[in-house]
Amino acid sequence: MPFMLVKFNLQKRVKLAQGLWMLYWLSVIMGILLFGLGIFFKVELRKRSEVMDNNESHLVPNLLVLVGLLACGLNAFGGKVCHDSLDPSKFIKWKSMLKAYLLLSCGFNALLLAVSLLCFIMQFSVYLILAEGLRNGIRFYKDTDTPGRCFMKRTLDMTQIEFRCCGNNNFRDWFEVQWISNRYLDMSNDVVKDRLLSNVEGKYLMDSVPFSCCNPASPRPCIQHHLTNNSAHYDYDHRSEQLNIWTQGCREALFSYYSGIMSSIGIFILLIIILESVDMAGLKYLITSLETMTDPEVQDCESEGFLLEKGVKETFADLLTKIKTLGRSNQVEGGDTPEANT
Amino acid sequence: MVLLKMKFTQQRRVRLAQGLWLMSWFAVMCGAFVFCLGIYLKTELLRRDEVMENTEIHVVPNILMMVGLASIGTNWVATRVCQDSLDASRFPRWKVLLMAWFAAAVLLCCLLLAVVVLSYALQGRLEESLKVGLRNGIRFYKDTDVPGRCFQKETIDHLQMEFRCCGNNNFKDWFEVQWVSNRYLDFTSKDVKDRIRSNVDGRYLLDGVPFSCCNPASPRPCLQYHLTDNSAHYNYDYQSEELNLYNRGCRQALTDYYMDLMNSTGPGVLSVILIQMSVLFSLRYLQTAVEGAMALENPEGESEGYLLEKGVKETFKDVKAKVLDVLKFAQVDPAAAEPSPGNEEKTADTTTEKAATPTPAS
Repeated sequence: MPFMLVKFNLQKRVKLAQGLWMLYWLSVIMGILLFGLGIFFKVELRKRSEVMDNNESHLVPNLLVLVGLLACGLNAFGGKVCHDSLDPSKFIKWKSMLKAYLLLSCGFNALLLAVSLLCFIMQFSVYLILAEGLRNGIRFYKDTDTPGRCFMKRTLDMTQIEFRCCGNNNFRDWFEVQWISNRYLDMSNDVVKDRLLSNVEGKYLMDSVPFSCCNPASPRPCIQHHLTNNSAHYDYDHRSEQLNIWTQGCREALFSYYSGIMSSIGIFILLIIILESVDMAGLKYLITSLETMTDPEVQDCESEGFLLEKGVKETFADLLTKIKTLGRSNQVEGGDTPEANT
Repeated sequence: MVLLKMKFTQQRRVRLAQGLWLMSWFAVMCGAFVFCLGIYLKTELLRRDEVMENTEIHVVPNILMMVGLASIGTNWVATRVCQDSLDASRFPRWKVLLMAWFAAAVLLCCLLLAVVVLSYALQGRLEESLKVGLRNGIRFYKDTDVPGRCFQKETIDHLQMEFRCCGNNNFKDWFEVQWVSNRYLDFTSKDVKDRIRSNVDGRYLLDGVPFSCCNPASPRPCLQYHLTDNSAHYNYDYQSEELNLYNRGCRQALTDYYMDLMNSTGPGVLSVILIQMSVLFSLRYLQTAVEGAMALENPEGESEGYLLEKGVKETFKDVKAKVLDVLKFAQVDPAAAEPSPGNEEKTADTTTEKAATPTPAS
């Protein structure tokens, strides 16, 4: 009992072929979009690789680029097959390859599903990398004279301005780090000497933040220094002051940005999987409707199209027996040879 | 003497019609491009509306948008004409419209040229507008509690950070203005009282700038206050410090940005003008060739296409004469009205004369 049988006359076959051709070209465009998205994601990761400690994993964007190209190729081939399908002379040369093509499409769909899952799972690794990278970034903020780290200050300042965030978890991360280089500290000054002596490691720690933490929406000119000292500023209460500096931590801000990108790409891939499945179903109908034509030369005849030759359970059972016989054929030879030896 | 005559066989006419149809659709897309360009320019100008005093520069994107829409319509008409051109029954109805079409196409090209010229000519006005707008912005920076000005601070801060500039001409503009609101000044402090008394207007002026002037590329954490006092900061020389704040003034930065934008659209607009002119000339050739062919005994034979029936000078004289005729037609009526009462008098005289003369006869 064929699965999902549909009767086709010439007009329906022609419409199916034309509709399927357009659908395949739509899938090619989706493949190009996926390729573009992969490139975009790669560029975004590169742009901020400094705050990710330069060891971010480019697995997902590379896979996206590869899968996008594969999708273009496969769907272009499908479109070509549809274009030739109504001309029996041209269709003959594709006929033998079609079963392999359908299997390849199935495999490709599975690959797309795996990539989509990766997009969601790799967000955890991005989170951890960001935490580590930002912590190091804040530590190396002052090292504008150390080769390899001279642009960390600029990168971190631009990141804090762009993403409207301050510090790793929040602005207090800046209180625990010396972010002013010793080159700009007057070591003969008493205040400086007191601060350096006040902690074990001899670091110049202050309750201040860099200017890039300032919030432009504050009605008051930005207060950067002596943040926890209410008496240092007129009419200032550090517990109730909300608008002065950014309250969000950069890890959260950057993570929500990247997870947004990755989730959207994952959902887009799921849509592509649905489109590909529709393509495959349409192609199967087209192939079977052309095969079941009583007389291939006479175009204007009725034929049947189906998705599976037998029902779902029977096809599944057939598949299992095929796999078993494949496995058993290896064993049979092994059983034979010992007998032959004895 | 016919201007730029060309011979057209039937095949050439067909090819011309097909080629012109494609080119007209391309010109429609160019018109859409010009429209989108106008919209983009207008949104960019509107985004910085708060630091501009007048909207004179908006004439450039307005004209671009109008011309874009008009060009889409005109070139769509051209595609319809091309489609009908090879059908002798449908072509004559376009005859009257084509004259108006040519005038419209020439007008569009002139307007596009005017846009290119204006975008250079209005640079001075843009700078003036920005100068006044930025001066006001800096003056009202502290008024975050005054309705209508509460977002001035945020606007100026975002502007300085985005365009990497400070102040109107340079950062010293901030020294001349009180940019810290009185709400945040401790009037019991000696320092504050000294500063307020140190100038005539009683303003709290300092040699400091807002945080948005800070340059992230500086190797040193940003110095915002006591900028002219070398001893206030360790290892600091006010005259030689270059990277601490942004050196550019915001007026210069914004003017450069908008001039770059308009200059980069210049080549695009010029190529749209070229395309429109070529559509114009090709349509004129098609019109004259098809009309010539329709007048022949054998419509499929050879015909001539030309740009102008007579030479340039003669066509100009003809057009002038026509225009004067139309103008005179408006004048002729009152001139004709005057002689008629004169004529009535004359006829009255002649009737009286005639009445006078028969009496001796009788």
